[in-house]
Amino acid sequence: MNETGHHVRLTVNGVVREATVPGRRLLSDCLRHDLGLTGTHVGCEHGVCGACTVLLDGEPVRSCLTFAVTVDGHEITTVEGLARDGELSPVQRAFTECHALQCGFCTPGFLCTVTAFLRDNPAPTEEEALKAVAGNLCRCTGYQNILKAVHRAAEIQAEEDR
Amino acid sequence: MTTRLFGEPVRRREDARLITGQGRYLDDLGGGALAAAFVRSPHAHARILDIDVSAALDVEGLVAIYTWEDLPGALAEPLPLLIPHPALTHGRTAYPLAREIVRHVGEPVVMVVARDRYLAEDACALIRVDYEILKPVVGIEEAVRGVHLVHEDVPGNIGAHLVQEVPGPGGLTAREAIDAAPHTLEFRLDVERSACTPLEGKGVYARWDADDGSLRVYSSTQTSTSVRMAIAAKLGLPLPKVEVIAPDVGGGFGVKIVHPWPEEVLVPWAARLLNREVKWTEDRREHFVSSSHERGQVQHVRAGFDDEGRVLGLEVEILHDHGAYTPYGIIVPIITSTQLLGPYKVGAYRVEFSSIYTNTVQVTPYRGAGRPQGVFCMERTMDRIAAHLGRDRTAVRAANFIQPHEFPYDQGMTFQDGRPLIYDSGDYPEALRMLKELIGWDSFPETKARAAAEGRRIGIGVGCYVEGTGVGPYEGGHVQVTSDGRVHVSTGLTSQGQGHETVFAQIAATELGVPIEKVSVVTGDTRRFGYAVGTFASRAAVMSGNAIALACRKVREKALRIAAEALEADPRDLEITDGMVHVAGVPSASIPLATVAVLSNPLRYAFDEEAKRATQFAGPASDDRPPVAEGEEPGLEGRDYYSPVRSTFAAGMHAAIVETDLDTAEIRILRYAVVHDCGKLINPMIVEGQIHGGVAQGVGGALYEKMVYDEHGQLLNASFMDFLMPYATEVPRIETAHLETPSPLNPLGIKGAGEAGVIPVSAVIASAVEDAEGITIARMPVSPSDLHHLRLER
Repeated sequence: MNETGHHVRLTVNGVVREATVPGRRLLSDCLRHDLGLTGTHVGCEHGVCGACTVLLDGEPVRSCLTFAVTVDGHEITTVEGLARDGELSPVQRAFTECHALQCGFCTPGFLCTVTAFLRDNPAPTEEEALKAVAGNLCRCTGYQNILKAVHRAAEIQAEEDR
Repeated sequence: MTTRLFGEPVRRREDARLITGQGRYLDDLGGGALAAAFVRSPHAHARILDIDVSAALDVEGLVAIYTWEDLPGALAEPLPLLIPHPALTHGRTAYPLAREIVRHVGEPVVMVVARDRYLAEDACALIRVDYEILKPVVGIEEAVRGVHLVHEDVPGNIGAHLVQEVPGPGGLTAREAIDAAPHTLEFRLDVERSACTPLEGKGVYARWDADDGSLRVYSSTQTSTSVRMAIAAKLGLPLPKVEVIAPDVGGGFGVKIVHPWPEEVLVPWAARLLNREVKWTEDRREHFVSSSHERGQVQHVRAGFDDEGRVLGLEVEILHDHGAYTPYGIIVPIITSTQLLGPYKVGAYRVEFSSIYTNTVQVTPYRGAGRPQGVFCMERTMDRIAAHLGRDRTAVRAANFIQPHEFPYDQGMTFQDGRPLIYDSGDYPEALRMLKELIGWDSFPETKARAAAEGRRIGIGVGCYVEGTGVGPYEGGHVQVTSDGRVHVSTGLTSQGQGHETVFAQIAATELGVPIEKVSVVTGDTRRFGYAVGTFASRAAVMSGNAIALACRKVREKALRIAAEALEADPRDLEITDGMVHVAGVPSASIPLATVAVLSNPLRYAFDEEAKRATQFAGPASDDRPPVAEGEEPGLEGRDYYSPVRSTFAAGMHAAIVETDLDTAEIRILRYAVVHDCGKLINPMIVEGQIHGGVAQGVGGALYEKMVYDEHGQLLNASFMDFLMPYATEVPRIETAHLETPSPLNPLGIKGAGEAGVIPVSAVIASAVEDAEGITIARMPVSPSDLHHLRLER
């Protein structure tokens, strides 16, 4: 039994990366094991927990429900790509300021989700912020500080845009 | 000058790596390692007749296949029973790979090692195991009937039976006290199964160094020191040749304190045998069916009380489902039976439990560890007494409280650590007063009436608990100041998100008078600290926090002694501020701690400018004294241990207001209030975070989470799709207030905080739903469907 390798070429965090992967290789595994970007985590492998969320052409997707070969030629942003020039993004800063993480395992998924959300909705209401993070599981924080961080990130972003 | 960091909401030092994707969790390590995967039993109870691996042999990238018959020596024996107890007369543990019989769905039968996980799973799928299916035992009632047995040699499926009895005034037994009481009540309670389900499952990665004959193992564990000893024992390796490291761990909540898991001995064994790096990363389904569960109990309660609601006698009989094996002994039902008493004085108490085998996943501590069940029992009892007497629920509780002047208070029982159940300190009336104010207890009837006028149904509930925290036997700390002025702190216990790198650094910085930026903390790495117990039972801050403080005090004393000599001052006149040792009130007479570290270690060789100052020819040492004085050691470092006589007892009280939907029977938590007392707070931000997370897990247990087994022992909801953990939409905003009654038992005056949040939540929500609906709630969780049926039965 031999698997056929497929050549994929992705732009990950602004850098062109190439790999040869079997057709069944999940994007999450490709990022983690083929490209060595282990910041993206896998919590359930069936798209429920959201820990593996990355941005595909800017939109959040579950990388554990995506085959690497299907995103050939696309742009991916992972948690490793959120900071710019060594400076933490507003969402990253807000998460640490608000103590929005404990074990940190689910955090990359939240960070990617919230980054995309605030880009599209820079001044969310309580309800909108709640909805935005309601697809990600966290077993440590009870979410209260995560919600606080969403609003704080919006604030930081607004301050920076001013 | 030096900021006092103890007690401040210092931001976490862990975060920088975790928010940038630079954390190192188990599966982030060992990029080139071989992958292990397991064939697990699809049956709850069966005899293995034959294992045929032939079809798997053609799988490309296959490296090895192992069954029980391949295991040598101690590895072929059952896994250890970690906490023996005289009452556990029929303790049983599993083999690392099943030998002849499987006793729950998910039990590992065959181990496969291949080039990657995909290929290892391909091979697993091609291995044929023939089973003779045996009758499964599922459910507590079915198990106690004892018609079918989980273990042939355990009659009645009863692993342990324990009675604890505390006589009342005048030596009355609980039964006598109840029979003589003006009022009595008798009822049954049911608590469902749940599980820790950390977002990161378990995982093990092993590297064998054949040249050195040594093994390095990374495990997603709550106890690296104990895993190390277990591996050395199982593989027959000298202890110094084994090192175990807990890297970043993606949550634990109890399940990762159990050790060694089969994979924790099998993966290192295979790595050594194959002389290749091997890694196993648990997937989510594996975690559901092969890690631990908790909570499941049936309780029969009899209470006798007076007109004020004071409990004169209490009898509780607990049937505790411990699943197929008992690797962690009977800690959970022991904690239920002892912590059931909460903040109350009960006249006479008798508690009896039977710990029972079923063909399901084993039961070991999950955050709260038996307390949620005990508190559910006691708090349901308090509410029923109040209802029976027509009294306010908080008044009945207050009538039973241990009073502030009664500490230390001896409950007359033996706690889970084998020590007397003596509460160290607390102020329960004040906590209740604060809670009532926070939630607006006294004005709730008006709120409820207003809601009713709008056609809405709301209710308020309350729950109190006492939590034994910081159990022994000990933890240690090592603190070293190096000649660059940096402070290196290590402790053996592990971290799974509690922020230990931050709080232990706060303690060290405060004790030593150095900026926190100079302090680094390492936990759970046996290369740095070999003696430890582990992180569980809300013990890390109490145990390692105090050990590190004591180690720092040793270092400080030595630093002052050396500095005094250099400054020609009396050590009693010296202070350390911002990393400088100076004469109090004379900042100019000072010497940096870094230089003290240099002076503490007389050198022969000058490898840099700092070292040059410590060489034999540089110092003022006198000719008639050895360079290292008698009783001294070179280096500015200290090691100390903290070993308490008994546990500290934290406490808390929660209240909730819920709304129940008249049509859909959905339960929504409108408000949730917490008053929490864990003694002195090291970092209030982190303590609050722990409470939030605990309450969220409690909400899961109260309203959503259960393990649904069918009669065949199949776990029907073994996925995050079907096992309903709360999302952000299910967890209310939590309002917190802190009360600080310091513990007199330890130097820092602290108590544990890790589990607190989860403990009373089921009791609180039951209380509130009952108040809203006027329906007796006797089981948790309560789903909309459950509530709908309860309404129909009314």
